[in-house]
Amino acid sequence: MNKAIEIIDLIKDFGKIRAVDGTSFDVSEGEIFGLIGPNGAGKTTILRIISTLLQVTSGEVKVFDYDVTKDASEVRKLISYLPEDAGAYKNLTGKSYLTFIAKFFGNGKKVSEIVEKGVKIASLEERINDKVDTYSKGMMRRLLVGRALMIDPKLAILDEPTSGLDVINAQEVRHIIKDSTKRGTTVLLSSHNMLEVEFLCDTIALINEGKIVEEGKPQELKKKYNATNIEEVFIGVVQ
Amino acid sequence: MSDLTNIIMKEMKELLTPSTIIPIILMAFLFGAMGNMMGGIEEELKEKPVIGLINEDSGDLSKIATNILNEHAEIIYEGSNVEEGLEKIKEEEGTALLVISANFSEGIYANNPGEIEVYWIMRGAGVMDSISSGVVDFLIGAAEQEISKALIENDVHSDVVLNPTFKNETTIFKNKEMKGVSPSQISGILVSQSLLVPIIMMMIIMMTGGTVISSMGMEKENKTLETLLTLPVKRSEIVIGKIAGSAIVGLLMAVIYMVGFGYYMSSLGMSSEVNLADLGLTLGMNDYFLVGVSVFIALLAALSLCMILGTFAENYKSAQMLNLPIVALAVLPMFVIMMKDFDTLPLILKIIIFAIPFSHPMMAMRSLMFDNYLFVLVGIAYIAIFSVVMMWIIVKIFSTERVLTAKLSLPKFKRKIL
Repeated sequence: MNKAIEIIDLIKDFGKIRAVDGTSFDVSEGEIFGLIGPNGAGKTTILRIISTLLQVTSGEVKVFDYDVTKDASEVRKLISYLPEDAGAYKNLTGKSYLTFIAKFFGNGKKVSEIVEKGVKIASLEERINDKVDTYSKGMMRRLLVGRALMIDPKLAILDEPTSGLDVINAQEVRHIIKDSTKRGTTVLLSSHNMLEVEFLCDTIALINEGKIVEEGKPQELKKKYNATNIEEVFIGVVQ
Repeated sequence: MSDLTNIIMKEMKELLTPSTIIPIILMAFLFGAMGNMMGGIEEELKEKPVIGLINEDSGDLSKIATNILNEHAEIIYEGSNVEEGLEKIKEEEGTALLVISANFSEGIYANNPGEIEVYWIMRGAGVMDSISSGVVDFLIGAAEQEISKALIENDVHSDVVLNPTFKNETTIFKNKEMKGVSPSQISGILVSQSLLVPIIMMMIIMMTGGTVISSMGMEKENKTLETLLTLPVKRSEIVIGKIAGSAIVGLLMAVIYMVGFGYYMSSLGMSSEVNLADLGLTLGMNDYFLVGVSVFIALLAALSLCMILGTFAENYKSAQMLNLPIVALAVLPMFVIMMKDFDTLPLILKIIIFAIPFSHPMMAMRSLMFDNYLFVLVGIAYIAIFSVVMMWIIVKIFSTERVLTAKLSLPKFKRKIL
């Protein structure tokens, strides 16, 4: 299977603080790959580097063979990034916001098709025509998931996609993410919700203090650490 | 530590951030510079005005006038040649050459007011540039009063006893000789005529600059910047798009403001006895074009500068604070130029005003009235280079992670204070 992401010996420093410490892993095309770890482990930093937002201190990061530093503009054509605490332009309606984003990926009829898909994924019904300012946290997150996946990106980078959502909304978002892979999207997501990751991901990597401490299929890892869920695996690995 | 102290300390830590302190320090610095300029003017007022005096009259009344002038002014030329006198005054940076005409005294006794020819050497067109000429004007008035007093005391019956003299004024300013007008009249009309561009410029900068900085602050506060930066769009297009969008909104706001301001000014019914066209101080189409170019490039410079400041904005609140230095940079040249001509400013203020890109369109109109094209063109070249450098910096910032991570920080200062 082709590599959607290839990371080799990635190091990222913020001044004297080392956020990512020699991380290496691959994500295969078409899979859902989960980065799991506690807060401050370096998950978001890795996702931001892959999204071309942060620069690499050392090491190599490739997205579909494009180097994120040298070929940043090519990488941006292939990805869709959903930051953990992302918002939308408050004075736009949900639909206007989706249209604004869609226009970067096509013209005329293509824009309408993309927006239609976004509206469907967000499933905000008639509220899609209301100003973003009036949305609840769950509605905002669904709009943003719709925005991230409506363009059928080759790689969706989702940082804590269900963060702050109630059980029902979180469940809906998980199904949306799972469905996106059927349309050919590779998903890299981060979460500290171990159960969510177990449900969603084909492969997971456990990250702690900027280092990948374990990687594999959820079932294999559970077996290896004789655990009933990924949470126990993580505790086993870290301790 | 009491609960109250604890809350006060927390509030201070929240409010005393570099993004709130630095703009205030900059404002204080700029006001300090303005205060320094005002102090210089006060010194100027205390000094005796430097003049030249040609007395062609041998009568007693002209002696009264010369006595007053000798006492309260520093007379550096007392010859008989106007050309020579003017040269001397120009060389010594004097204010005026006064010529008391022949038969001055005789004429007054014969009911004809005595003529005092005044050649004003005007150095600047700011309100405060005419202070020294105002002092000389006051001395001429005092001399006239003394002559009246002498006439009344000596029981001289003359029809002109209350107004025994009249002035015949010629003002020489930037190689233009303007007859029948005083420096204060010229500076008054020039300030009112050339104030429009500085006010427009200041309003545009305040409105558009504020919009750009706030836009960046809101992008960060609403967490939309990260998404925008991962879209397949060139960073330079994001920069230009943000600048252009903010410029249009800011211009629109400035136009609405200016319409209101225009009505306000017209309602005051300001008029002047002096017509600039009569003095040869008019602008042609080419001049207006140059003013327009200067305004446009200065606007670009302002917006680029605001974008750079905007990258340091962590949220809408800090964006508002970061707008303060821009407002100060727009207000300072407007006030300075209104008060003093660039040529008559102290060297340090000259450097500051020249370095502020927004000063140039504010000074352009007045410079063009006196055919000082070189100054205007150098100013345009300077602000063009400034804009290019600012644009380059902002595109560079947007091309790196600094656009997301930049924030004002003063680590050492912070440790001491907090």
